[in-house]
This record gives sequence, structure tokens and C-alpha cells, in this order.
Amino acid sequence: MSSSESPSTLTRRELLTLIGSIAGSSASYTAMAGMGLTTPSNYNGPIKLDGNPKGASVLILGAGLAGMVAAYELRKVGYKVQVLEYNNRAGGRNWTLRGGDSYTELGGITQKCEFDKGLYINPGPWRIPHHHHGVLDYCRRFGVALEPYVPVNYNAFVHSTQAFGGKPQRFREIQSDYQGQVAELLAKATQQHKLDELVTKEDQEMLLESLKDWGALDERHAYAPGRESSERRGYEKPPAGGLSAVPVYSKNIIPFGPLLHSHMWSAIGAGQNYEMQTMLFQPVGGMDQIGTAFKSQVNDLIQYNAKVTQIKQEPNKVTVTYIDSVKGGEPRTATADWCLCTIPLSVLSQIEINVGDDMQAAINAVPYAASTKVGLQFKRRFWEEDEHIYGGITYTDLPIRVIAYPNTGYHSAGKGVLLGGYMFGPNAFEFTSLAPADRVRKAVEYGAQIHPQYKTEFENGIAVAWHRVPWTLGCLGVWSDERRAEHYQNLCQIDGRILLAGEHASYIPGWQEGAVLSSLDAITRLHQRVVA
Amino acid sequence: MKNTKHLPLQISRRRLALALLATCAAFTTHPVQAQSDLSSGAVFSRGPSFEQRDGKSLYENICQGCHMPDAKGAVGAGHYPALAGNTNLATPLYPAAIVLKGLRSMPAFSDELDDEQIAQVVNYVRSHFGNKYKDTITAAKVKSLRPAK
Repeated sequence: MSSSESPSTLTRRELLTLIGSIAGSSASYTAMAGMGLTTPSNYNGPIKLDGNPKGASVLILGAGLAGMVAAYELRKVGYKVQVLEYNNRAGGRNWTLRGGDSYTELGGITQKCEFDKGLYINPGPWRIPHHHHGVLDYCRRFGVALEPYVPVNYNAFVHSTQAFGGKPQRFREIQSDYQGQVAELLAKATQQHKLDELVTKEDQEMLLESLKDWGALDERHAYAPGRESSERRGYEKPPAGGLSAVPVYSKNIIPFGPLLHSHMWSAIGAGQNYEMQTMLFQPVGGMDQIGTAFKSQVNDLIQYNAKVTQIKQEPNKVTVTYIDSVKGGEPRTATADWCLCTIPLSVLSQIEINVGDDMQAAINAVPYAASTKVGLQFKRRFWEEDEHIYGGITYTDLPIRVIAYPNTGYHSAGKGVLLGGYMFGPNAFEFTSLAPADRVRKAVEYGAQIHPQYKTEFENGIAVAWHRVPWTLGCLGVWSDERRAEHYQNLCQIDGRILLAGEHASYIPGWQEGAVLSSLDAITRLHQRVVA
Repeated sequence: MKNTKHLPLQISRRRLALALLATCAAFTTHPVQAQSDLSSGAVFSRGPSFEQRDGKSLYENICQGCHMPDAKGAVGAGHYPALAGNTNLATPLYPAAIVLKGLRSMPAFSDELDDEQIAQVVNYVRSHFGNKYKDTITAAKVKSLRPAK
């Protein structure tokens, strides 16, 4: 050590360690990003596991994305891998329901999906942000075709039962009128010298110029009927061709007071969230194309219909007891050197497992959210034919919360399927409590308040309430800051010969990327231990 | 009272939804009243809190989602315990505490239900589905189970 080095001089590593220990790993991460040491994702291309596992074996519990990522990558570097899966199919929450499929929920009610050929609903994940590099890279490697998912459609609706007589408003008009009138207000305040204490004279000129641009204000800095506002909120009669070409500007700007009180401004920011910023994708033909692609790589490793009843580790091995989830019968066992468990905590917290108190407490600490999705088939794509809504989402304060239009198959003749409701919070519990047919019926009744065509065009539907899904007992693990602080590290640590992965072991809960990244992180640490 | 209670909840609900999937809570109007149902006994709450008031309605719109309409629970990869004939209900404090604080994957309802609602639903469950407990719990007693502020 150099004696000339000041004791107060920290190395970069020491600084990061210090920040991390004071403020937690996310602060350390933020600091690292600021210092140019990392990229905005912790996915750095296909995983590289160097070193020979020398025939070590891994028993993976769960053939969802987390489990199949691990199975695929570990076998590739020489592990003996076996996978136990409760369902008779691979994919887990990566799941698509099509015509001909049937689904039996807890309580025993079976729904048969009666959609036409080619139509589907994704009851679980349904979109992939462009920065979910892990999921996207597996799509690339496995040749899963992607198409655009539309997070924002300016021609879709914002609807409130409490505003404008319940008449749906176009997203475009709400967005333009809100932004325009906020800009006008700020411009007025500036011109009336009410911002003099806050903004310098020079900056005020720039501010006025930017407000004009941002809010589509006219020469007088007013958001008023005219070319500028019509270019945002649309025309009364749009520019056309020939003799009838002359446009008529829109005059129906929604007054600011009613617009504020409508609360509709709260629906227009959805696409600005990091996870909803374009570009987003969906697999062509349904989200389960990803699970299917993984399955084609690891299907020979998967034992289906295996309900895990006990996970027992000893000094030199892990033994998992399971029974046939359909037929029951005698318990069987599987044994390996290591166990990677991707079973949702809602289920794992009910399974006998001999891990340390810290990990057990973490397994028990995470509640699972209610969520419900309803898919509805209609005789025709009236949202395109009648309302020119191509993909995207309508937001409503009705219990269905959203109507999401298919981002594919535009203009196709024949039938179409909408996501007729997607609920969290109280409405999700309330919909879960209904029998499946009633969930569909309610979604149709409420949706008809926005699209009256529902009344004549609806044909059939299917509803998945995640607390009733037999293999997850919930939609996703809900972490709070307090729970993270107390339990997250303990959940992700290797406990003897057992470690966990899944969306619940990530900071991206409910997203497939969380499952993929947690799995890659887990097997990286496992491999380091095995080859050490 | 109702309004002061709603504000922080609305924020936490919104943060939750953002963290989850960033769609559903993107648009919530102020809670006005429960959405009057169009064709059945179902009640749909308008805000971040449940708006059913009586024990039967609370059970049928929340609890039965998991514990089932007959309160006999269900079994899949894991299970939901039966509330019918469940000896853990011998004292009302136990179910009240679980509704307040959650248990393993069962969410806590301390933010979404007030003391009176919790008392109502606990009393309902303990006197239905073959359960015949005569004693009841009061909202004041439920309140005493909440962590001190």
C-alpha cells in the first residue's frame, strides 16, 4: 500500500461497496450506471458458464420460463438436468388460450374456449418491452417471430361513468386538450409576469416558445380552434382531396374545468411509463410461442403432472417427493445434487422444505395479487370497421378497467377477440368471486357501455381469475419496500443445495423478464459454487 | 374520514399497478359509490377500497374467490383452507388478524377494508357454512389489532 495515498481516497470498488452497504443494491446499481460501469440491463447476452460441472445434477421444479431457461442453459454446459412440472404442459404463466382449449379452475368449473381458429387470449403476460433484453434474446435465438404490441392508441377511448354523460372520449382529444390548456395556462402566467421570480427573462422567452410547440398553441399563445389544435385533436372535417378537400377545424375543445374534473388526464400517461414506452412486442400467434420454443429445446427433460409435496436436502443431495397431479397414487421421488425451485411462493410456502429460517420466512412473506382477464369473441371486428381503432387500449373507470384491441390481424374478415377486461385491486377480487360465465357476462354488460355493438356482436368468452389458477394461486408476488428490505436477499441466497428463481425472485415482478433474469442469476451463482 | 383514508391508498394502489403492469390503475375516478350491478348480486367497488358493507356481501365478493362459495376451500398445486368447520375460527381474533395482516400468500386487507367490514365478515364466516359460533367481534376490537400509528 502506498503511504502517500490519502486514507480518505477510496477506490472505485470501495466507493461502490460503501454506497451499496449504506443504501442497498439498487443505489449501488444506480451509482454504477452513473459511473459508466454497466448497461441499463443486467442481461449481457447469452450466458457464459465457464468450467466443467463434472456430471453434477440439478433438479428443477417448474417448467415455466425460469425453469426452462435454467434447464436449457445448464444442460448445455454438461449438467444432468431433470424438471418436474405440475401441469400437463410447459410454459407456466406463459400461456395462451385458443379455440378448442379447455381450462379447469380451482373449484372445478371447466371453461371451453370457443374462439375461432387463429384467435386467442393471453391470460398471463401479453407484451414485451424493448428493454426486456433477456426475453427478447431468447426469442431471437429460438426464432420466435415478434410483431408490434400497441401500448397507446390515440384513436381509442377514455371513458368515465362520471364525466361527459358517460360518453367515451377519444384519447387524442383528452391528451391534446389537457396538454394544450396546461400550456396555455403556463404561457399566460409567464406573460403576466407571475413566473418572474422563478424563471429568468431569457428563459421565459424560451419557455413561451416551447409551450407553443408542446401544447399546439397559436400565435397568441392560446389553445384555440384552428390549425394548430386541429393538428393534435383532429379536425371537424379533415383535409381531403378534390373539390371537397377544404378542412374544417375542430371547434369542440373540452373546457378545462370539466376536463380536470373528469380525471381522464390520469389515463393519458400510460404510454410514458418505462415499461410501456414504445417499442413493445408480442409473439406472432400468442405469447405461448415462447414457452413452446423453450419446450422444443428441453421437453425430454420434463416430467409432467408432477405435484411436488416435499423438498428435502441432505449434506450431499436433494430429494423431492411428488405425486401424479392427475391420478394421485403413490409418491415418487427424484434426487439430484442441487435443486433450483421456481414454484410460485404461493404454492412453495405450503410445501415442506428444509431450508433455513431466513429463507423460509422469505418464502412465507410474499402475498399474491388478484388479477382477472376476460377474452371476448365478437362476430366482426367492429372496433376497426366502425370506430377505426386498430390495436391499443381503451381505459375506463368501469370495473373492467380496460378494453384492449388485438394488435394483429387488422382488417381480417370474420370474427375477432378483444381483451374485455383486465383488473387488479378490488375489482379483480370481485370478478374472481364470480363464476366464470358470470365474469364473461359482466364484462360484456360493462363493455357495452363503451361499445354498444357488444349487444349484437358478442358470441362467447373465457375468463381467467388468477387466484383460481390451480398451479399459481395468484397472479404474481407482491413486494413492498419493507418486505424487500427484510426478505429479498434471503429469498435469493443459495440455501445449502437449494436456490429459488422466478418472477418472485426479481425486481420486475409479474414480467417474464423477471423470471428469465432471476433464473440466469441463480444458475450463474450455482455454477460458480459447483465449479469452485 | 372516508376521504382522508382514500388518498394514501390510492397512491399505494397506483404504485403497485405501475410496478405490476402499468395499465389498470392508470385511470381511477374518485370513489363515489359502489357500481350498482346490472344483473346480479355482485358489487363492484369504484375505488381502491372494498365498498361492500355486510358480512354476506363481503364474503361473496372477496373471500369466496379463493375459499369458494361453500367455504370448503380448494386444492391444486397448493390449497386454500376450508373455512367451513375450521377450528382456527374458535376465536374471532384469529381470522380478524389474518384478514388484517395476511398469511403467507393471502394478501392483507388492512388498507382495503375498515374495522367494521372486517368485523362483519368475520362474524359472518363464524356463523355460516356450518360454523355456529355465538360470540362476535366488534369493530373496536378489530381496531385494537391494527398496529399502533
